[in-house]
Amino acid sequence: MDEALLRTLPPTVISILVRRGADFAAAEDAVQEALVTALRVWPDDPPRDPKGWLITVAWRKFIDAARADSSRRNREMLVESEPGPDPDEIQTEDDTLQLYFLCAHPSLTPASAVALTLRAVGGLTTRQIAQAYLVPEATMAQRISRAKRTVSGVQLNQPGDVATVLRVLYLVFNEGYSGDVDLAAEAIRLTRQVAARIAHEEVAGLLALMLLHHARRPARTGPDGRLVPLAEQDRSLWDTRLITEGIGVLQAALRRDNLGEFQAQAAIAALHADAQTAEETDWAQIVEWYDELVELTDSPVARLNRAVAVGEADGPQAGLAALAELDPSLPRYTAVAAYLHERDADLVTAARLYADAARMAPSLPERDHLTRQTARLNAQLRG
Amino acid sequence: MAKYLLLKHYRGAPEPVNNVPMEQWTPEEFTAHVQYMQDFATRLESTGEFVDGQALSPEGTFVRYDGEGRLRVTDGPFAETKDLIAGWMVIDVETYERALELAGELSAAPGAGGKPIHEWLEVRPFMTEPPNITE
Repeated sequence: MDEALLRTLPPTVISILVRRGADFAAAEDAVQEALVTALRVWPDDPPRDPKGWLITVAWRKFIDAARADSSRRNREMLVESEPGPDPDEIQTEDDTLQLYFLCAHPSLTPASAVALTLRAVGGLTTRQIAQAYLVPEATMAQRISRAKRTVSGVQLNQPGDVATVLRVLYLVFNEGYSGDVDLAAEAIRLTRQVAARIAHEEVAGLLALMLLHHARRPARTGPDGRLVPLAEQDRSLWDTRLITEGIGVLQAALRRDNLGEFQAQAAIAALHADAQTAEETDWAQIVEWYDELVELTDSPVARLNRAVAVGEADGPQAGLAALAELDPSLPRYTAVAAYLHERDADLVTAARLYADAARMAPSLPERDHLTRQTARLNAQLRG
Repeated sequence: MAKYLLLKHYRGAPEPVNNVPMEQWTPEEFTAHVQYMQDFATRLESTGEFVDGQALSPEGTFVRYDGEGRLRVTDGPFAETKDLIAGWMVIDVETYERALELAGELSAAPGAGGKPIHEWLEVRPFMTEPPNITE
């Protein structure tokens, strides 16, 4: 069974049900049920027309639910029979885009928007989303139905803000955890869909950013799951096809001269991708892009990363000076300080800071990495 | 089957035998330790006894309701002595003896010098659902 094909269908089918008179929440539920059925029966009995099958089954699920609902409330049935094929039922590009806007509606919390987007646009089942975010399926189901209630007053044809969609896709890419579904690849697929529908520099910027980071993924962890820092990565493992694509997408966006934070981040990633070895990295240009990024976002994280880049471009003392202007309570500040002190040959301070950073690390791979750095320096200090 | 919580403490448990702090280990000793823990969890998954495992950050605070609209948030007066949980593993096993056996294996994870840490772990049975048949 082609599960990838199946996952492209839900937005179209939801739109068709909505045009036939279903509201978004009921249409989305019906399509989810049809999707779960498809996953069960398609392997043994693949349909000749997958999309037609999904429309038919989703519509029946919708009718069944509406009937159960109306008999409960003792109301007249609004919808009785299955309509015949309608020549207007051709997917328009805008349908899918409108669903993206709805699922990323500003009234939703980020976690709700992520869950709703993955289900209604991404065609994932509630179980798959729950596994990915390490919560029980019932919890994820509740999160999704609350999200749908929140946006129940929003019409599908209202204009949306592409920036909210990009934030949701960025979260899916960056904070995806585990499970059967590769959320990073899923985020790239969904961002490609948006990029194919809107010519927007930041959509292209985000797509380029994702492609360039995804390209490095095979080199980012060792065989035992440990983190491999950028400078130590085996660059022959980087996916050159993705890098070429990412740089092409970014260059086309930059030519339109409407810079945004995703383009600036992608430019930094592109400069790293361009270097054959860590030593060849053009740190001076990377510092310039961090300056742009700080200007665009005023983000403390960007300033922290800028301090690292300054340390590489102008020496560790300059990096430490840039770091001194920042708030020490920033996440990963101590790890950056440890790194710069080691580069500055102050191993005692670096070892102490690495140990502090390990205690404060927000994830196990980072904690293990920082503990290894501490152990390495302490072994060196013992001689 | 019965579920047990295996609790690991940062502080609050008796001192382990091989009590060299992690940051003083060599990188190789640390790698061996991480590998042992991963292998342990993988093996329990393959025997159908693994339920869940999580590590906790040592940062933590005590919070309590302190009247309408007010919260009391504190890290002391017991900040330095309070029991601090480092993480847990939940297992689902046939017997209490099996739970002890597995806790013993986890406690034998290698530390400094590649020797077992002999760390104290706490084994706590889960409360169960009441049975349907009671007589």
